[in-house]
Amino acid sequence: MSRDNILHKVRTALGRSAGQAVADPPPVRLRVPEIAMEDRIALMRSRVEALAGKTARVPTMEAAREFVAGAIAGKTAVASNAPYLVECGISSLPGVRTGIREVGELTAVCAQVDIGITSADYALCDTGTLVMIASPAEGRLVSLLPPAHIAVVPRERILTGLDELFTILPDPAAQTSSMVLITGPSQTADIEQILIRGVHGPGQVTVVIVG
Amino acid sequence: MGKRVSLFVTCMVDQLFPKVGMAMADVLERLGYRVDFPEEQTCCGQPAYNSGYHAEARIVARHFLKTFEASEAIVVPSGSCTAMVTHHFKDLFTKEPETLALVHAMEKKVHEFATFLTDVAGVEDVGARMDDVVTFHDGCHALRELGIQSAPRRLLARVKGLELREMVPSEECCGFGGTFAVKFAELSGAMARTKIDAIVGTGANTVVSLDPSCLMQIQGALSRAGLHVRTMHLAEVLASR
Amino acid sequence: MSVEFDRKIHDTLADANLQLAVYTATGRLKDKRIQVTAAGVLPDYQELRTQANAIKKHVIDNLDHYLEEFERNVESHGGKVVYCKDATDVSDFVLDLAKRRGSRLIVKSKSMTTEEVDLNERLAHHGLESVETDLGEYILQLAHERPYHIVAPALHKTRYDVADLFTKELGVARETVPEKLTLIARGVLREKFLKADIGISGANFLIADSGAVAIIENEGNVRLTTSAPKIHIAVAGIEKVIPRAQDLAVFLKLLARSATGQLVSVYTSFLAGPRRAGEVDGPEEFYVVLLDNGRTKLLPDRSKRESLYCIRCGACLNACPVYRKIGGHSFPWVYSGPIGAIITPQFMGVSHEPGLPFASSLCGACGEVCPVKIDIPKILLELRGDVRKSEAREGLNRIEKLAFRIFAWVMTHPRIYEMAGRMAASIAPTGDGKWIRSVPAPMSVGPLKAWLSERDMPPLPPKSFREMWRNR
Repeated sequence: MSRDNILHKVRTALGRSAGQAVADPPPVRLRVPEIAMEDRIALMRSRVEALAGKTARVPTMEAAREFVAGAIAGKTAVASNAPYLVECGISSLPGVRTGIREVGELTAVCAQVDIGITSADYALCDTGTLVMIASPAEGRLVSLLPPAHIAVVPRERILTGLDELFTILPDPAAQTSSMVLITGPSQTADIEQILIRGVHGPGQVTVVIVG
Repeated sequence: MGKRVSLFVTCMVDQLFPKVGMAMADVLERLGYRVDFPEEQTCCGQPAYNSGYHAEARIVARHFLKTFEASEAIVVPSGSCTAMVTHHFKDLFTKEPETLALVHAMEKKVHEFATFLTDVAGVEDVGARMDDVVTFHDGCHALRELGIQSAPRRLLARVKGLELREMVPSEECCGFGGTFAVKFAELSGAMARTKIDAIVGTGANTVVSLDPSCLMQIQGALSRAGLHVRTMHLAEVLASR
Repeated sequence: MSVEFDRKIHDTLADANLQLAVYTATGRLKDKRIQVTAAGVLPDYQELRTQANAIKKHVIDNLDHYLEEFERNVESHGGKVVYCKDATDVSDFVLDLAKRRGSRLIVKSKSMTTEEVDLNERLAHHGLESVETDLGEYILQLAHERPYHIVAPALHKTRYDVADLFTKELGVARETVPEKLTLIARGVLREKFLKADIGISGANFLIADSGAVAIIENEGNVRLTTSAPKIHIAVAGIEKVIPRAQDLAVFLKLLARSATGQLVSVYTSFLAGPRRAGEVDGPEEFYVVLLDNGRTKLLPDRSKRESLYCIRCGACLNACPVYRKIGGHSFPWVYSGPIGAIITPQFMGVSHEPGLPFASSLCGACGEVCPVKIDIPKILLELRGDVRKSEAREGLNRIEKLAFRIFAWVMTHPRIYEMAGRMAASIAPTGDGKWIRSVPAPMSVGPLKAWLSERDMPPLPPKSFREMWRNR
């Protein structure tokens, strides 16, 4: 069997025996800087915009709903099952499909609509990243299949960066089968290194910061 | 009486570019050093080592260690040959603890010429004058193994009449690489031509470097291309007045 | 050096368009890396490299322990780990699974590891359609070529090459605008994603404490490959394991910066097992194929073991003046550039292409940019020694060996050395003090001929340094 054969080769080459203890790995290196909320918001917006993403900052959940209503006017959209979108009243906007819990239906809808609307579990301001944790509330396909993605994020979820994320979530696998970090629109530079957005994933990403 | 230094001129300077060795001795003596030349010296062994002949490299390295055992400080007009002694000799003698001890003692005594001036002698202005526009080529071993970048530039900055123009990029290899230059001649030549494009782009009349081997490659390619840019070792520039 | 290696180098150097394309593309990637690793942008860049190196060293030195931990944790999430010793093992596993599930169509995201084992060709041979979905890889699959560069696989193709290829292979109207070419590929591949039963991805990191794989990309094809089909198979070399999810904070900062000059890639997928109860979408089955394929051969030697630290960022290719001249397809195996030059001889044996470790000026630019601090030049030097040992065993290259024995003897006999030098000077052309373009035919052999094929040589001086020193 290849498993035992490979592990045996590894141990022989390293001079180790099965089950032999190991010294501690180098200590975890996480440095969380202090960044004031206003600065986080400003940084988040400038990073997303530098990647040709769009951002908006709205004062209230109602204003978030207004903003999204404007953005999807005349278009078709699907919203994830995130409670925050329900609270904002975004899920009940006219023309928004939501509450889908069956994968076949979700795939079909996401492949048809113009816009996918989600919240985000966190945002990382130093890179302009959205952190999407798969759950009953957030499917993977809503932020992936439609050509445009709108993420509505309350400001208190904006973290400083990866180090803070992994401080809060030392092991994301404890709560999800999938955590995806999204930093700007889908892009490729595979033909003559010319940057093209929206190759497989959404070509437009809009981050709406609430508060 | 000044301090003593020994010259390791390298086989290349001995056989092909003796003026570089004379210039180096001249600069050191002007700074008050008593300069000697241990006559038993030949080569550091790098050609054999880089070609994979470790046993042969070890034989030549031992000869070097013996030749310079009594010297207090050894100055070398080459970053590459310096790095062979200070960074690679130890890998040749991992299984010989006694020789390894000699190697470690030697590592502290061997100095590349430019950094010997700035870091050991503590001088930047050696009183040189050369009315010329020059560009500086970073030899790869000097730059990446020895970390030498500012020393030669500080020395050049103090040469009266001299203007330094940096190449873009200055840190890219000239394509010499020892036996690489003849084993992969066509490739080495292509790399040299990219280098001389960068040199010509500066509009300088002279290319200066710490390494005679890079200068041989660059001058060889310049000459083949019919370009009238000359090459000089830093020691020759610093000996000018 | 093999005739083939020599010919490929020559052909690449002779292709002016290719020279410009490769030099420009690598130059751009190289400059972007420099910008985002500069002290003003990432002050702790060197510390991160040191930490990454320490983590990789620790893991590789205790690899069996972390593989077993990874395996346990993947299985605790309902995934399955499949160890494969070679190409046949991998394709047998995929074929068997496809047969049992009745699958015909597979979508693939970019993976150097699957290139290593020619997975697509093996699956196609058994009637399975396996489609590359990374745009560059898709182009190369249509062209039946292997990647030119670890991270920019179609770097050598122009828009016109792609236009011709799409017209011929997809039967679409000819388009030469990159945006439109991209849209064509998006359309074709989107359909494949939605129809495929199996998605095969690579993995940048195997995370032991989480039992998860992490995959980075920019296009979204990895996300589609790992989310849309019912089955996800991640294929990775056994060396890809890291101890903790928290270590990603170090590696993610280094990887995208080194690879493409981005702060982070557009998408980082952290995947731990199949879809869980209540989750809306995601695969029903999750497999991780752990591939040896020669990696265990690199473990016994403590210093060469470092080669397994590689995170496949491609920074060494962009920094390498040799890669930038000879391109990716001159290299004898799927891995090109400096990292290819050190791992190919170790995976395939030094006699696979004995010239490979010598195709370097040892300039050190690769080691300088390596985010995990692999001492590539030093490993090249060790491999050069290994080539000589192998030649000695097989009785090859005796003349050169003899030449270096003579070299060593001359260099330890200063009187002989001096005499030899003066003899050479007495017969060499003087060139009237000018640099010499050619020498008489009988002298134009070996290294001298090779030197003069590209460059002029210096005239030998009338007196050596030691003579001048004695006479002064």
